[in-house]
Amino acid sequence: MTDALAVNNLTIYFEDFAAVDDVSFNVSAGSSFGLVGESGSGKSTVLRAIVGLAPSSGGEILLDGKPLATPRSKAFYRHVQMVFQDPYGSLHPRQTVDRTLAEPLAIHGIGDGERRIARALDEVGLGKGFRFRYPHQLSGGQRQRVAIARALLLEPKVLLLDEPTSALDASVQAEVLNLLEQLRRERQLTYVLVSHDLAVVTHMCERLLVMQKGQAVEELSAQALAARQIGTAYTRDLMAASTGFKRE
Amino acid sequence: MGESHATDARLSKPLLEVEDLRVSFPSRNGPVEAVRGVSFTLGRERLGIVGESGSGKSQTGRAIMGLTPPHARITARRLAFAGTDLMQLSARERRSFRGERIAMILQDPKYSLNPVMTIGQQITETLRAHSNVTRAVARDRALDMLEAVQIRDPARIFGLYPHEVSGGMGQRAMIAMMLIADPELLIADEPTSALDVTVQLQVLAILDRLVSERGMGLIFISHDLRLVSSFCDRVLVMYRGRIVEEVAANRLNDATHPYTRGLINCLPKIGEDRHPLPVLDRRPEWAE
Repeated sequence: MTDALAVNNLTIYFEDFAAVDDVSFNVSAGSSFGLVGESGSGKSTVLRAIVGLAPSSGGEILLDGKPLATPRSKAFYRHVQMVFQDPYGSLHPRQTVDRTLAEPLAIHGIGDGERRIARALDEVGLGKGFRFRYPHQLSGGQRQRVAIARALLLEPKVLLLDEPTSALDASVQAEVLNLLEQLRRERQLTYVLVSHDLAVVTHMCERLLVMQKGQAVEELSAQALAARQIGTAYTRDLMAASTGFKRE
Repeated sequence: MGESHATDARLSKPLLEVEDLRVSFPSRNGPVEAVRGVSFTLGRERLGIVGESGSGKSQTGRAIMGLTPPHARITARRLAFAGTDLMQLSARERRSFRGERIAMILQDPKYSLNPVMTIGQQITETLRAHSNVTRAVARDRALDMLEAVQIRDPARIFGLYPHEVSGGMGQRAMIAMMLIADPELLIADEPTSALDVTVQLQVLAILDRLVSERGMGLIFISHDLRLVSSFCDRVLVMYRGRIVEEVAANRLNDATHPYTRGLINCLPKIGEDRHPLPVLDRRPEWAE
């Protein structure tokens, strides 16, 4: 079986700076793959390169075994959608939820908007009452649900999640993570999840890639990480840091 | 004998007394209370205040520091620092406390440092505002302080602007700036939330060492229950403007309030297979 998504030797330069340096990974269909690292590790840039928001300088990205055309086609965006970190920044402040959700349907010439929007809102746990609200009338968690609804409207197969819960309170994070898991199960989605939080990534993903300074440090399964079967010092440092402060 | 007695007295007298602190903001639909009757006392210890956004944790810290916005209304039965009633002070007297005896570290060095002053200027400014020292002495003390926060090349960092240093470096500079006047109480409002996890621990270790060496009281405000409990002696958990529970930091797992328990449980943990994660079932009575 071909992988839903394959990234081979991806390299991205911003002028002389290698933001992503020779990174490869494969994501099988229906699985969830995590990219972990600190700021500047290039994890978000990898996602942006997949959707065509960052220029790739080398390597290839395959979707279902086929290389991607640049610029990405409309069909690509029906197949792959992205959810961004900051729900305060990724929704248009002067558009109602209804208009935000109508946009992808209009772009792709999909009819039956009325029913699809109502269903999408329902699926992310927001009722009809939210449909004509503006983003400032929503909480952070509700906004992220709208962003997820928008991504799901085109019925994509692959969802790229860039720190989807790091701007949210812990209790709201749990709700959004549960929603994402439920949607993945129901729709057999493939996820690539970027996060700085090892606990979130191991909770959500079967496999993960640790990145540092644009390079892949180590790829391992969530189980191996939980069992402390870690091959590199950097991953061990990240793991130690995630358990909190220790007085010497 | 006499001396140890004096130390005992100093230790037993609370550094900070807060009783029924309330902060409210006017709005079109009447005043909104952000802090609703918070009471606690603080000695020379590390106290954590934990809560989600809107719980009033930051406004509590700001009220103690005297940084509540002017349009807000602040009342308290008692708000005393080292025996002085802060509510009775004039703005001018309050200013003499701020920076010198009570200092505050803010979340993100990108926004809380002055972008058009060098780091050195910002550190010496604190010192020169509160004591009569010459420029040269201030510079020497600032360089010592930068070294104390483990900045390797203090002389170079001294002359840099905030945008020229990393987040971790900026936050160390902020700690240096806040501790140079040797305050008795330090309020740290999410001091490491903008930093990467590995840098976060380095900055906390520096803070920890300086606080214990200098015998300061520390109020550590954060949304991160796990981090706070690994760093502090005891933790106050706030929900919608009130303290719902106080727990000893090392006894976090014995917390009884359903909100505290909910906060602990809803975090994903490495090596635990809980799908779906338990979510908080918010009860109106928690806010009463």
